[in-house]
Amino acid sequence: MGGNSDMKLIDENGIRIDGRKVDELRPMKIEAGVLKSADGSAYVEIGKNKVLAAVYGPRECHPRHMQNPAKAIVQCKYNMISFSVSDRKRPGPDRRSVEISKLISEAMEYVVFTENYPRTSIDVYIEVLQANAGTRCAGLTAASVALADAGIPMKDIIPAVAVGKVNDQVVLDLNKEEDNYGQADLPIAILPRTGEVLLMQMDGHLTQEEFDKGLEMGVKACNEIYELQKDALRRRYAVVNGETDEESKEADEDVTEEA
Amino acid sequence: MNNESTTRELVLPGDLLDTGTMKPGEGTYVQDGNIFAAMLGIKNVKSNFVNVIPLGGRYIPAPGDMIIGKVIDIGPSNWLVDIFSPYPAPLHVNEVPWRVEFGDTARYLSVGDTLLAKVLSVDETKRVQVTMKEQGLRKLQGGQIVEISHSKVPRVIGKNGSMIQMIKTYTNCRIFIGQNGRIWMDGSMDDMVNAKRAIRMIDQGAQTLKLTERVKEFLESVYRKEE
Repeated sequence: MGGNSDMKLIDENGIRIDGRKVDELRPMKIEAGVLKSADGSAYVEIGKNKVLAAVYGPRECHPRHMQNPAKAIVQCKYNMISFSVSDRKRPGPDRRSVEISKLISEAMEYVVFTENYPRTSIDVYIEVLQANAGTRCAGLTAASVALADAGIPMKDIIPAVAVGKVNDQVVLDLNKEEDNYGQADLPIAILPRTGEVLLMQMDGHLTQEEFDKGLEMGVKACNEIYELQKDALRRRYAVVNGETDEESKEADEDVTEEA
Repeated sequence: MNNESTTRELVLPGDLLDTGTMKPGEGTYVQDGNIFAAMLGIKNVKSNFVNVIPLGGRYIPAPGDMIIGKVIDIGPSNWLVDIFSPYPAPLHVNEVPWRVEFGDTARYLSVGDTLLAKVLSVDETKRVQVTMKEQGLRKLQGGQIVEISHSKVPRVIGKNGSMIQMIKTYTNCRIFIGQNGRIWMDGSMDDMVNAKRAIRMIDQGAQTLKLTERVKEFLESVYRKEE
């Protein structure tokens, strides 16, 4: 948020510097189940953002004092790789990544049926391989696909997107230039079925009307992303769906068999 | 009353399964009278219950399950058994078929031993207890362990044990399948390699058509060559 609004980011025709309209998303690619040794994983590309998410668990929670005897805890680690930005990022957790980790894990804890797995932890690792604004949204989008891929019971898959204000206009899905030189940034994550808001932050200033317009835009875009997320999971399990088996899955109570 | 679904439909978390005529089963949740899928899996309707059969996820112990465990720790009056789930299970000396003196536990089972056991009880905080005091439950000597997803165990067994019976007859291996997704086998080295490959095949193609035939073909091709 440079506040440097004399920079021209939207032309007279309402086209942004990367050629998009104000209410257009960046090209997006989602893939589920990309990592072999994780229980669930997902890879997301939003424009120039490249994010990898891995889910492990539910597994025994360490350290022990973090365990909750009534439910599972969701632990998230958001990390930006040193080469993900143009100036080398100093590796390791910093104020920003701790904040984002907390935010994402709280959003996910709300959708996961944590009470099914008392005393365990569900670990989510988000690695930003390349950053170009909106990585927390990309991270959450990837993480929820990874959670579903891991077979963890949850209410819904959660999409996230940012809206913002650039050159006094409300725009969708900010890119790096718009984020740096724009006037406001508002990341949103929703639960698509009910419309509940799971994550919302605001950097900069928006009037009530701008906020309402941005929220409406964001919710609409979230539903688009939601379809992409579901599509990614369906593609991953397409083999499963396309062909069914002659033997009934729920058969056989005879558990063990002697030779 | 038998209204089982014939087509197997892939459902994702949050998908609407039913609008209130049926009862919510496993892997589902209810909101405003509607039933939604809680996890990724296959939709299944059985005697007026909608269920979601998971495609992955961890094994959660249930009382009565036959499982294959590994000893990971020894206490003076119990062993700690890893049962391939988020919860380790203690095996108390009273639950083994031997008379064990206090502090003498290491003489009977040591760290790394594999055993066939049964889940005795699981409480609401998922504290698990296992037992070996039942016919057929014992320490497994020799052999190898293959780990697969617990949701694929029924496929490996097959209808009325057809799949596992076939693998056993072809490979001459002794095989035990635990509900937790661990499979123990013993036989000659080559046979075990073949059995392992057959199980891997089932694990990967668990939901595909004509799996039994394909596994049979594979086993036949392997054993024809050897003769």
